[in-house]
Amino acid sequence: MKFAVVQFPGSNCDQDCLAALRGIDGLEADYVWHKETSLAGWDAIVLPGGFSYGDYLRCGAIARFSPIMRAVIDEARAGKLVIGTCNGFQILCEAGLLPGALVRNRSLHFVCEIATTRVETADSRFLRGLQVGSVLRLPIAHGEGCYFADEATLRDLNERQQVLLRYCDAEGRITSAANPNGSLENIAGICNRARNVFGLMPHPDRACEARLGSSDGRKIFDSMIQSLAVSQAAA
Amino acid sequence: MKAKVYVTPKETVLDPQGAAVREAMQHLGFRAARDVRIGRYLEIELEGNPAAQEEKLRELCRDLLSNPVIEDYRLEMPDEK
Repeated sequence: MKFAVVQFPGSNCDQDCLAALRGIDGLEADYVWHKETSLAGWDAIVLPGGFSYGDYLRCGAIARFSPIMRAVIDEARAGKLVIGTCNGFQILCEAGLLPGALVRNRSLHFVCEIATTRVETADSRFLRGLQVGSVLRLPIAHGEGCYFADEATLRDLNERQQVLLRYCDAEGRITSAANPNGSLENIAGICNRARNVFGLMPHPDRACEARLGSSDGRKIFDSMIQSLAVSQAAA
Repeated sequence: MKAKVYVTPKETVLDPQGAAVREAMQHLGFRAARDVRIGRYLEIELEGNPAAQEEKLRELCRDLLSNPVIEDYRLEMPDEK
């Protein structure tokens, strides 16, 4: 099984992603430079965090037009698993693969801490086998992570259970005190309607070993691998 | 000849930068500042006939220069002389 980690100029979590993925037994992972135009042969696509194109104009606004993004969009529409963390989430929103946008944190502060997030639905290839209501401890580090969408979009996201993770306190309660960036309805991560594209501000890539403070990020990657194994066995 | 593009946050989008600047203005005694919104201003030097560029430029305003989920834009084409 092979995971592609897309590198944009200014990506800075590409190495974290690759190290986390290569630490998983039996999984292959490698970089794909943003000037490439094909993602054929890869089982899953990772858009890492960082500051693609220096965050100029808007976060993710220029990366969205990189040559590789045509392939990311085509593969996503064809059903391939795509995960975007932090800047990767911003790029997925700018590219229209996920609804809404990420704007400046309400506090105006760059936040860098371990966030607690609650699993909102079991119907996901990214959170397979996790209990609804269970809490994942995942690092966040961003200045523009405040999720925004208009009312109709929010209603739609809730009705279709596309919100996968919400910021919560240590007991799993969704409170405004537990919201690190002002995201609407404490939204930390969402998927698309087809449920094969997942964007989240937290960094599972930085939480794959207990000695880093949490290994909860590994659950997300393991879930993707198990989902792929099941669909490949069925094919 | 310059085209000008003004990008502003939509009314429904919180603008914490604008709120911080408004507060600073009030601290400086300017109580008339009821609301401040911060956007972006772009000047685009054009080659050739501006009228011929307008359609493409409008498309770029929508797809690249602004994000319609959170922002509005206004495009000012140069006056033809």
